[in-house]
Amino acid sequence: MSAILEVENLRVEIPVATGTLVPVRGISFSVQRGETLCIVGESGCGKSLTSLSIMNLLPKRAKRTADRLRLGGADLQTMDERTMSDIRGDRMAMIFQEPMTSLNPAYTVGNQLEEAFLRHRKASRREARERAVFLLEKVGISAAASRLGQYPHQLSGGLRQRVMIAMALMCEPELIIADEPTTALDVTIQAQILHLLASLQRELQMGVMLITHDLGIVARVADRVAVMYAGEIVETGTVHEVFSRPLHPYTQGLLRCIPVPGKTRRGAHLGSIPGVVPALFGDPTQCNFANRCEHAVPACTAGPVPLTGLGEGRGYRCVLPVETCIANQARPVAA
Amino acid sequence: MLAYSLKRLVLAFLVVLTVSGITFTLTNAAIDPAKALAGESATAGDIEAIRKAYGFDRSYLVQYFDWLGGALTGEFGESFRMRRPVATLLAERLPVTMTLGLCALAFALLVSIPLGVVAALKPNSGVDRVALSISVLGQALPTFWFALMMIILFGVVLRWLPISGSDTWLHFVMPSIALGYYATPAFMRLTRAGMIEVLASDYIRTARAKGLRAPTVLFKHALRNAIIPVVSLAAVQFGFMLGGSVVIETIFALHGVGFLAWESISRSDIPVVQAIVLLISLFYIVLTLLADLLNAYLDPRIRVA
Repeated sequence: MSAILEVENLRVEIPVATGTLVPVRGISFSVQRGETLCIVGESGCGKSLTSLSIMNLLPKRAKRTADRLRLGGADLQTMDERTMSDIRGDRMAMIFQEPMTSLNPAYTVGNQLEEAFLRHRKASRREARERAVFLLEKVGISAAASRLGQYPHQLSGGLRQRVMIAMALMCEPELIIADEPTTALDVTIQAQILHLLASLQRELQMGVMLITHDLGIVARVADRVAVMYAGEIVETGTVHEVFSRPLHPYTQGLLRCIPVPGKTRRGAHLGSIPGVVPALFGDPTQCNFANRCEHAVPACTAGPVPLTGLGEGRGYRCVLPVETCIANQARPVAA
Repeated sequence: MLAYSLKRLVLAFLVVLTVSGITFTLTNAAIDPAKALAGESATAGDIEAIRKAYGFDRSYLVQYFDWLGGALTGEFGESFRMRRPVATLLAERLPVTMTLGLCALAFALLVSIPLGVVAALKPNSGVDRVALSISVLGQALPTFWFALMMIILFGVVLRWLPISGSDTWLHFVMPSIALGYYATPAFMRLTRAGMIEVLASDYIRTARAKGLRAPTVLFKHALRNAIIPVVSLAAVQFGFMLGGSVVIETIFALHGVGFLAWESISRSDIPVVQAIVLLISLFYIVLTLLADLLNAYLDPRIRVA
C-alpha cells in the first residue's frame, strides 16, 4: 500500500486577543490508497480544522505548519494558492457537514456539478453533463437527468448530501475528506450515505479520511482510527484493536458511553466523561486529559506526554504502561 | 407567486388612488385655480367668470373624479401658463429626466458595487475605511450643495464642463454625478454587508473546495447572491432619483420633468403640478413593484417555489 496522504506534526495556530490558540497541536497520520481513516473526537477537539488545513481552506487568521504534508508525493506546504486550487476538487475533494447550506442557492445542481468537472478537465459542457448524470445515478439519485435543472432548495437534506458526494467524485479524487458527512441527516439516511461512501471507496480505491464524533460510524466503516482529544491524537490503531483493546483512558471513556445491545442493562446509566476540554492556549505542558482522567497519577501533570508507538501504526499517549491501561479498561474506577 | 403578484398589484393600485386624492386636495387647497388662471390683474368678476367657465364651482368630488377620469386616459388638461396639453409637455420633458435618472443610477452602481466588493474583501482595512468615508460623505452632503461645489470647481474654475442646459451629453455629467452620489452610500453598504455575509457562507467554502479560481468564487458564487438586495434597492432608488431630479434639474437648468415641476409650482400651474406629482408617484410605485418581481426572478428560492 502507498500512502496518499502523509501528515507529520501538523499544527494550526490562531492568534486571538488573549494569546495564541493551538487547536491542532502537532498531529501525524497517513491515509493509504483504498483505506478509510476515521478521526474521532468530541466537538472542538480540532478535527474539522485538521481537515480544512489539509485542503488549505482555513480561516485567514489561522496559521498552518507541518514537518510533512504530502498528497501522493506532492508537497502541499510549498504550493501557492493557484497550484493548490488545481489540486482541490481534482486530486482531493471534501464533503462537508452541512448539506443544507453547502450548495449555492442561486445555481442549479447541474451547474454546480458540471463546474467542478470543467474546472479541472478539458471537457465540453455535454461531457460534464453526462458525467454529472452518471454520478448522480451512482449516488442513488433517481431521475438524475431531471435533477440537474433543479435548485438546491428543491432537494431534501439527504439528496443534497448525495449531490455533495457526487460533486466530490466528479474528478475521481485520490483522497476524499468527509467532515461529519452524516451529522445533519436522519439516522436512516445516515446509514445509506455511509454505505454509499464505503462502496464507492472500494470501487474507486480512494483514500477516505472520515471525520466524526460517532463511534458507531467508526465501527462500521473505518479501517484505522485516530482518536483526537484537545488537538492531539491520543490513540491510533486498526479499528479492531482500538475497539477491542482501547489503551487511552479517553478512548476507554468514549467506548463506555455507547450502549451495547444485550450487554447494557435496561435503565442503567450510560457512561459519561466528567469535566470539559481544557482551553487550547499555547503548547501542552502536561497530559491534556489529566483533569478528567480517573486513573491520573502525579506523572500526568509533570510534563507533556509523548505518543508511545507500539508498531504497525498502533500508538497511545499516556504515561501508564500498556498493561496498566488494559487492566484499567477491565476494572474501571467508579466515578 | 401569481396570488402574491395579484395582491401586490391591487395594493399598488390603491396607493396610486390615494396619492391622486392627496395631490388633488393639496394643490386645490394651496392655490385657488380660478385666481391662478385669471392672473394678478384680474378683477373679482373675471375670477368668478373663469370659475364658472372651467367648472371650478362644481363640488369638490365631482371635480376630482373628472380629473381622475382624465388622468386614467392620459388626459391631464391644459397648462394654465403655456396653453398646451399637459400630456404633451410631459412627453417632451420625460426623456431628459429618464436619461438623467439612468445615468445617475449607472454612476451610483458603477462606483458603489466595486467599492463594496473591495471593502468586503478586507473588512476594516484601509480600503474599507476609505470606502466608508466616501459613503458617509455622500450621505451627509446635501445634494444641492454638492452640485454647487461641482459647478464652481468643474464649471467655473476648471471650465471642463457646461453648467446649464441639456444640449449635449456633457451637460449630463455633473447632474448625473450629483444625483447619483447620494444613492452611492446605500448601494455600497448593502453590497459590502451582503458580500461579507456571503463570503463567510458554506457554499463559498464548497466553491473553493472544488478548486475554483478566486475570480469565479468572487463573481459567480458570491456577488450573484450578494447583489440580489442591491438590485431591488436600485429599482426603488431609481424612482427616488426621478423625484430628486426636481432639485438637480433646477440647479443645472436641465429641461426635464423636475425643472418643469419647479417652474409650474412657482407659477401656480396646477394641472402640470398635479400631473407631475402623480406621474412621479406612479413611477415610484411601479418601480417598487418591479423591485419585488426582480427579487423573485433573481432568487430561485422565490421564483421556483
